[in-house]
Amino acid sequence: MSTDLITIKKLVTHYGERKILDGVDLNVKEGEIRVIMGGSGSGKSTLLWHIMGLYQATSGFISVLGHDMDKLKFHEKHELLRKIGVSFQNGALFSSMTVGENVAFPLTEFTDLDENTIRIISRMKLEVVNLGGFQKLMPSQLSGGMIKRAALARAIVMDPKLLFFDEPSAGLDPVVASEIDDLILKLRDAMGMTMVVVTHELDSAFKIADKITVLDQGKILLTGTVEEVKNSKIQRVQDLLERRARNDTVDPEEYLKRLTQENYTIS
Amino acid sequence: MKSVIEKIGSSIVLAIERLGFAVRLFFDSFYWLFFGRKYKQKLRLAQVAEQVRVIGFDALPIVMALAFVVGVMLSIQLLYAFADFGAESQVLLAIAKSVTREFSPLIIGIIVAGRSGAALAAKIGSQVVSQEIDALRVMGVVPVRYLVLPPLLGLIISMPLLILIADFMAILGGAFFSIDKLDMSLMAYMNESFDVLAINDITQGLVKSVVFGIIIALVGATTGFNVTGGAEGVGKATTTAVVASIATIVVADMVFSYFLTQTL
Repeated sequence: MSTDLITIKKLVTHYGERKILDGVDLNVKEGEIRVIMGGSGSGKSTLLWHIMGLYQATSGFISVLGHDMDKLKFHEKHELLRKIGVSFQNGALFSSMTVGENVAFPLTEFTDLDENTIRIISRMKLEVVNLGGFQKLMPSQLSGGMIKRAALARAIVMDPKLLFFDEPSAGLDPVVASEIDDLILKLRDAMGMTMVVVTHELDSAFKIADKITVLDQGKILLTGTVEEVKNSKIQRVQDLLERRARNDTVDPEEYLKRLTQENYTIS
Repeated sequence: MKSVIEKIGSSIVLAIERLGFAVRLFFDSFYWLFFGRKYKQKLRLAQVAEQVRVIGFDALPIVMALAFVVGVMLSIQLLYAFADFGAESQVLLAIAKSVTREFSPLIIGIIVAGRSGAALAAKIGSQVVSQEIDALRVMGVVPVRYLVLPPLLGLIISMPLLILIADFMAILGGAFFSIDKLDMSLMAYMNESFDVLAINDITQGLVKSVVFGIIIALVGATTGFNVTGGAEGVGKATTTAVVASIATIVVADMVFSYFLTQTL
């Protein structure tokens, strides 16, 4: 019986006045690859940031690795974050450091290992993501796919139990995107990591996911296996799968208000 | 009319907000300096040494050259002004006191604000834009400890050292122009200058320089962290950091001059 590493109950969040997440429930089991899918602006990335405790939720309960995020003190939160790896959409590598220094950064900051050990560990992680020998290059000298892989190496250098991956294949060509997917599967099998992957790429989601959570306008439409999602009867899920545009009906009054009113902000 | 008042109001609110941000950075920095080790957020000395090199050592040529020129300029002006009442011999005293108390902290403060304050704002600003700050946070690294504390300490250490060198160079510059008119040897001029200086004169400059260093670090970091709007925002922040830190330095200089001359 595997345990839940992430539990979220009735999460509601706002960005300014605008409601982003509206009553989200989520359970992620140990060793699972969970894909969070949804169109742009559906709140997927926001959800990720809340799980990491970097935003303040309006209401709801979030527990990560058995810790209630609301009750954690500042220092405990930082300690927890060290057990979590995060790979950003744009990599977010430190542009002033070489690839090797980037990957070694968490080790130099948080461990007392000597330089040689750190170098060996970080090069091993670079080998894992097929970037062996690239440690001397600067991030600006890497291609998009290489940046993602280097960021992944940095995210796993501390051997986290939990890995967050924001849009692994966004902006990559299909071959490179597929390589990243293979890498994600390999990491789970080799290191037993639990992963939460946020993506809007269908192929990639179907390939790697154990379970898929479909998010739309801040609400969870469906959580299920790949098959369940594919066979779902829910209209919005089908729209997403078939890449159909959203057919929202336009409220004429609201539309006029948006066009004419000064200081209009969406609510 | 309403929009003008609205603009004034919101810019005042923004200024207060930034001031609060800077004060918080200051206290946070020292909190992490003293308690960081306990929470695995220790400051690495190599980082501070690197900052001292970049802020202090690398600035030496320009600081020495400009301090020398300021000394020459002062002696030209003072010789001219004092000639009216035949007090040329007092030029030496005037240069020594004005340089140590006023000119070298102010000039060096402005130079360092232009070099290091701008660099700090640009560095932090571009890291905000490229999500590097977020990357630090999700790794569990406190950005203030990693990005603000080292340059802050670097400035607190470098500024007084730069001032001592600038004091010497400015007095040398003064000597260069005036020994001829005063009919003194260079050695005699320098010895005489150090004789007329009291400890207070030197310490006043050093105290000011530390304050200026703190201002430069905090203004640079504050504008950097508040960058919005991509690459253009970084450019704006750099300009703002230089202008704001020089303005603050000049005002602080006046305030400190007043208080330090009242009690001493």
